[in-house]
Amino acid sequence: MSELEDISRKAIEAVNAATDVAALDDVRVQYLGKKGELTGLLKGLGKLPAEERPAAGAEINKAKEAVQSAITERKDSLESAAIDAQLASETIDVTLPGRNGDIGALHPVTQVLRRMEDFFISVGYSVVEGPEIEDDYHNFEALNLPAHHPARAMHDTFYFNPELLLRTHTSPVQVRVMENQQPPIRIICPGRVYRVDPPDPSHLPMFHQVEGLVVDKNISFADLKGTVVEFLRVFFEKEDLQVRFRPSYFPFTEPSAEVDVQCVHCDGAGCRVCSHTGWLEVMGSGMVHPKVLEYAGIDSEEYTGFAFGMGPDRLAMLRYGVDDLRHYLDNDLRFLRQFV
Amino acid sequence: MKFSESWLREFVSPDLSTQELVDQLTMAGLEVDGFEPVAAEFDKVVVGEILEVNQHPDADKLVVCRVSSGDEEHQVVCGAPNARAGIKVPFALVGAVFPDLKIKKAKLRGVESHGMLCSERELGLSENHEGLMELPLDAPVGEDIRSYLDLDDSIIEVDLTPNRSDCLSMIGIARETGLMNRLDVAEAARPRVEAAIEETFPVELDAEAACPRFVGRVVRNINQQAKTPLWMQEKLRRADLRSIDPVVDVTNFVMLELGQPLHAYDLEKLSGKIVVRQSKAGEKLTLLDESEIETLEDTLLITDESGPIGMAGVMGGLSTAVTESTKHVFLEGAFFAPTAIAGRARSYGMSTDAAHRFERGVDWQGQVRALERATELLTEIAGGEPGPVTETVDESNLPSTNEVELRASRIARVLGVQIDDEEVDEILDRLGFQTTTRDENGEHKWIVSAPSHRFDIAIEADLVEEISRVYGYNNLPTRTPATSLQMSPRSETEISLNRIRDQLVSRGYYEAVTYSFVDSAMLEVLDPEKEPIGLANPLSAEMSVMRTTIWAGLLKSLIYNVNRQQNRVRLFETGLCFSQPPNQDGLSFADITQVKKLAGVVCGPRQDENWSNDQEVIDFYDVKGDLESLLALTGQPDTFEFVSATHPALHPGQCASIQKNGEIVGYVGLLDPRIQQSLDIRYPVFLFELEIDAISDKKVASSAVMSRFPEVRRDIAIIVDQIVTASALRQCIQSAADNTLQNLKLFDVYQGKGIDPTRKSIALGLTFQHASRTLTDDEINNSMDKIVASLEAEFGASLRN
Repeated sequence: MSELEDISRKAIEAVNAATDVAALDDVRVQYLGKKGELTGLLKGLGKLPAEERPAAGAEINKAKEAVQSAITERKDSLESAAIDAQLASETIDVTLPGRNGDIGALHPVTQVLRRMEDFFISVGYSVVEGPEIEDDYHNFEALNLPAHHPARAMHDTFYFNPELLLRTHTSPVQVRVMENQQPPIRIICPGRVYRVDPPDPSHLPMFHQVEGLVVDKNISFADLKGTVVEFLRVFFEKEDLQVRFRPSYFPFTEPSAEVDVQCVHCDGAGCRVCSHTGWLEVMGSGMVHPKVLEYAGIDSEEYTGFAFGMGPDRLAMLRYGVDDLRHYLDNDLRFLRQFV
Repeated sequence: MKFSESWLREFVSPDLSTQELVDQLTMAGLEVDGFEPVAAEFDKVVVGEILEVNQHPDADKLVVCRVSSGDEEHQVVCGAPNARAGIKVPFALVGAVFPDLKIKKAKLRGVESHGMLCSERELGLSENHEGLMELPLDAPVGEDIRSYLDLDDSIIEVDLTPNRSDCLSMIGIARETGLMNRLDVAEAARPRVEAAIEETFPVELDAEAACPRFVGRVVRNINQQAKTPLWMQEKLRRADLRSIDPVVDVTNFVMLELGQPLHAYDLEKLSGKIVVRQSKAGEKLTLLDESEIETLEDTLLITDESGPIGMAGVMGGLSTAVTESTKHVFLEGAFFAPTAIAGRARSYGMSTDAAHRFERGVDWQGQVRALERATELLTEIAGGEPGPVTETVDESNLPSTNEVELRASRIARVLGVQIDDEEVDEILDRLGFQTTTRDENGEHKWIVSAPSHRFDIAIEADLVEEISRVYGYNNLPTRTPATSLQMSPRSETEISLNRIRDQLVSRGYYEAVTYSFVDSAMLEVLDPEKEPIGLANPLSAEMSVMRTTIWAGLLKSLIYNVNRQQNRVRLFETGLCFSQPPNQDGLSFADITQVKKLAGVVCGPRQDENWSNDQEVIDFYDVKGDLESLLALTGQPDTFEFVSATHPALHPGQCASIQKNGEIVGYVGLLDPRIQQSLDIRYPVFLFELEIDAISDKKVASSAVMSRFPEVRRDIAIIVDQIVTASALRQCIQSAADNTLQNLKLFDVYQGKGIDPTRKSIALGLTFQHASRTLTDDEINNSMDKIVASLEAEFGASLRN
């Protein structure tokens, strides 16, 4: 074996044996440095006959390159191992919870209200609110409910004095809008309403209502039916939801209708939720009574309208499976957390 | 109203099951609340006669009866106290099956018993189990009890709307049933009972508008000891009315049958003449139920020479009441105007079947018919000699038959469908309405007169409703309203309440809903300076006044949660708060302030319990940060300022008013620890509340050119007195600096070692930049010098090195 081959072999062995970058550098100096062994061989070329020098020089340079390339390779590998080790030492438990990740939640009734508002806004209704302490005129009189009207018994009312009360429905907001605006009118009125009912699983003295009112030329009962059916189907996300209209009586609408939907709990088969009737009463509705239009200064010959009213508390019960209305007012965090 | 299905079927009997019948009534607008069978399911029970009763040889409380079932005799052991020879009772034969009992031959204490004698409870008729059910003595022995008592029947309960008082009677329900099934109704007979005597009793109307018709009749020599026939007793019972005596039963029966309430006076207790008049305040009257009332004004009274003897249309008086010893009666069938009766019973805390009907309205032509019917029934049951029917009437005050015009075009307009004229004709006819038709200006019209029992038909809309109801709401067309595609304006300068709520939710708050009426004592503590509005009829003291602050409700919810081991609470609520001017008499709508507010309550650790041990309890600045995040939504947070303030509910040293352009729009702070302690809350509680309108205006963004030149930051630390506020320093610096000062950060506050205890060190970072060139060191130094000089001059600030 020639001396060159011998040195090259030892150099490569030393390179591969180096365990860190510093040791590797020592190897480089030992073989490729100014006083290195391979460098030394180049210096010895002068002793060779001139015609042999190019070939021998080329051989040595080739060996140097081979060693250099082995060093580079080894260096890369040592460096990347060092980085790997460094990274490995920085490993964390990614399954621990992050910081500040928790959010709160809107009240379930607000969620239902917002959903309802969105549907109506999307087809051009405006949302209007009004006072909760109302006068007798707007809550009753202007809605064709004069003093002592038997239908007032359906509105057990909180009074402040004979003239002032807590509104029993959001209809007075509609009256206020009609007093100040000529048709076309297309509004919904969400808000709190009050009736003298001690709290129990299905009654609260304070609950919510969303009432809708559309007044325009050529508004008919067919439009009312279409609007109500479409709303209930999108609300319950059920395209073939069965809806029925039942004759009823509200002093402020005529004809008046109660609206029932096929029970969303049992699909109409009959269950505890629908008292085994297959139907759930969800809404009152009707064509605006001509007297109500006239009270507000709207010509009932020129304009017709429809109105409807529903209870988001009850709709939220149906939608989210809430079994007791009183949960809405306890504000128990364990209850509210379910509605994130 | 409850009624017996088989009674209805005496008038009209469509080929429908009970379920189908009640569904049909519901869909006609007479909502059925429910129905139940009148008796339990059982068979092989017959009318039995007890022939003989002997003491059981081995049991004190048992007897051994010999019972006839018609063709056979049976030995039955029985424990009922009223078992005695001669009575007729329901008798369950051996082999009879009850819902949870089968009758077999048995030995009771050694004596054989073949069958069972029954109480009402055993038949499922009532809860009465005191003894055997005694049947009339003429009951045919051996007849099946189900057919004898007509027990294959259901009790139906309808919940009628106030406009359909015509259906508060069997005849009314029957008319609706006939209408829906296109069947004729066998209307009850319209008897005329001839007068047997001449006698009448004088009546005078002194309030003709309230009582335009009073029909009366004397009936002498009745037998109040006569027994009301079983069929009548059963019909009354199935309508929840108890059988009392022939007179009371007959008047009740006629009310159920025809809808006209009647009253009977003991003729011998009446004096002078009957006058119907309005009350004066303070008149005294003892009613049938022995309650004593003192009249308000405006109550219609029946009086005689002795004074008031009845509250008209509500309840008769005790002094002239019929008793079991009554021999002669004066019957009253009156028409009282609904407005004269409405609300009166309620104002005395009463509610009666008569008032329920009169205040909704009765057939104004039905009085004579009802009185004739009552006379017929009464004389059949209790004998007696009727006098002539006397009618005292003021025609001018009676309702009249309205002629109402109905236009074909209006039907189409309101219902959205053209119903054939022939079909409208047919519906009106089925309703029993008289019609004539007219064509005018190319318009087809009906002129409709409704019968007197349909006094609710007054305007065209009433007829349109009737047409639609009979036609069937569910047969009417359905269409999605066509609307123009006009866009609704929406301003970018408004911040929606939804956006505000979402912001708090993303910062970890839960939305609460609390009652708008709260405990007045709680408000007195939290917000004593506002005058709350009290309810006249609150549900309880805890719900007696309208909230002036949402804190009252939120603190209650906080306590509810803390008591349930929920220690980290962040709740907010939006809604109206109410107040009135102080010392206000005669509150009116315009006096009331109803302001929409947003409020929050925060308690417990800053972070939910977590592994990185950041369990510090929240402080003022956490809550202030939440609020700043809301103010930031407005795009103009600089218009708001937190100013040190005091509030009755808040810690005097940790309370700020929130001001917008100098006006107070809210408060934030620590709940006064004394209040916290009195409410039994363990941890400090922070509260905030502000007017929603104040944070609902947004500045529409307007983009400025950003400087291309480098910015330079200089940090200084200054020492000032403890009382110097951050906002004062900021104001001082901003007024001393020119417009190259781009940003001012306060990045450290230090008090303690190395600093005079009355002073504090504050570190400030100031960033300078020029819009169109690079600032020189000299320029910046110059600005800094001015600022420091100004701080020295205003606050005695010294630079800290």
